[in-house]
Amino acid sequence: MAEIIETVKSEKQSMEYRPSFFKAALAIVQKDLAAEFRSRELLSAMLVFSILVILIFNFALELDIKVRQSVTAGVLWTTFAFAGTLGLNRSMAVEKDRGCLDGLLLAPVDRSAIFFGKAISNLAFMLIVEAIVLPLYALLYNETRIFQPAFLGVILLGSIGYIAVGTLLSAMTVQTRTRDVLLPILLFPVAIPILLASVKASGGLLNNATFAEILSPLNLLIVYDVIFIAVAFMVFDFVVEE
Amino acid sequence: MIETKKLVKRFGLKTILRGLDFSVEPGEFVALLGPNGAGKTTFLRILASLSRPSMGSVKVAGYSRPNESAQVRAKLGVVSHLPLLYPDLTAEENLQFYARMYGIMNFGPRISKVLEMVGLEARRKDLVRTFSRGMQQRLAIGRAALHDPEVMLFDEPYTGLDQDASEMLDDVLRTVAAKGRTVVMTSHDLVRAENLATRFDILSRGIIAASVQQKELQKTNLLTFYKQALAD
Repeated sequence: MAEIIETVKSEKQSMEYRPSFFKAALAIVQKDLAAEFRSRELLSAMLVFSILVILIFNFALELDIKVRQSVTAGVLWTTFAFAGTLGLNRSMAVEKDRGCLDGLLLAPVDRSAIFFGKAISNLAFMLIVEAIVLPLYALLYNETRIFQPAFLGVILLGSIGYIAVGTLLSAMTVQTRTRDVLLPILLFPVAIPILLASVKASGGLLNNATFAEILSPLNLLIVYDVIFIAVAFMVFDFVVEE
Repeated sequence: MIETKKLVKRFGLKTILRGLDFSVEPGEFVALLGPNGAGKTTFLRILASLSRPSMGSVKVAGYSRPNESAQVRAKLGVVSHLPLLYPDLTAEENLQFYARMYGIMNFGPRISKVLEMVGLEARRKDLVRTFSRGMQQRLAIGRAALHDPEVMLFDEPYTGLDQDASEMLDDVLRTVAAKGRTVVMTSHDLVRAENLATRFDILSRGIIAASVQQKELQKTNLLTFYKQALAD
């Protein structure tokens, strides 16, 4: 009899308290997308900022064909990095301001699911901005080679690594009073390997480099992506709990 | 239901909780009172597994922290002075999101029941940002009770509420407590606490300085007891 009671009790517990990792992460992604497509605060800020940066570079640089070839990767990654920081800050600030981060942390789910949910949302926002900025860049700079699949693949890999480390650091800095300033100060030095590898790989693709020449930064990019995701997975719980 | 032993919490060199012993029986409604900076919120955050104790043991509903923190969280519903709700989602969407985070299956009927309990059934499709502070706080209680927790923690739930909203919150709190749940509430509102709680603990300088049951308060009132406890 005691065994049956124990079984029923454990079944009840497993039914009530075990949201799956992926369902919880998916719930966060859907919530973030639904809230953002209603308010459009984060996306519009990232987009306007990106467009302004592209325009400023357009006016600031002497753009003959040679210069254009050499600056495209740098201009694009500078734009994505700054716009990404803006999005990361805002995405976590929304959680913090009304205590929603506590609401997430109170859920009986492995806290790395929260990291993955937030990281996927942030990545989605960054990719949306990139999808709008790239055609605009092509139009202003008369540069259509940025639409080659390999170039887009590098942008995806670079964005994944940048967002992985950015989401982790934004979860740390959002607890501080100077979060807006602190995030870029912490993020840029840590993300330098990713940004360098991304600029090298995408620049190489635009300058018709051989596969062997691109392989090295590409490998670096993949390794950093894996390292940053693994580190964030391991330390997120420690970072968010006081 | 809740048991802490020799709980210590330090932030840098500052010690907030100094070996706090605290226990709550199932079904009790404990009001945790104390001056600002006494450590009430810190203590509730440790119980809720939002903060890590520096030393000592914490047990909630038979589960220990930190090894069984997820199980502890599954047994807890937490309401703070912040609503923990997303302003750009509707009341229903907010509850749907939290239902998924708690792994509640077939959450539709449960959400309707909770919205009815907190009196927001008619506003279920409205964005939370259009709600008054009182309505947000009622919805916050609904969110916390959504997974039918055994223990509920309320951290200054009356902050920022006007008289009408506070009275409405009283009713919701009574409904929550009437279901046999164990409740721990911090508050500066002694009159409200006196009407709701079955036990009063005074937290001062990081320890429980005094404790009294509601029935033992017949001869004196809570304010006198509170002042005496802080003076000792």
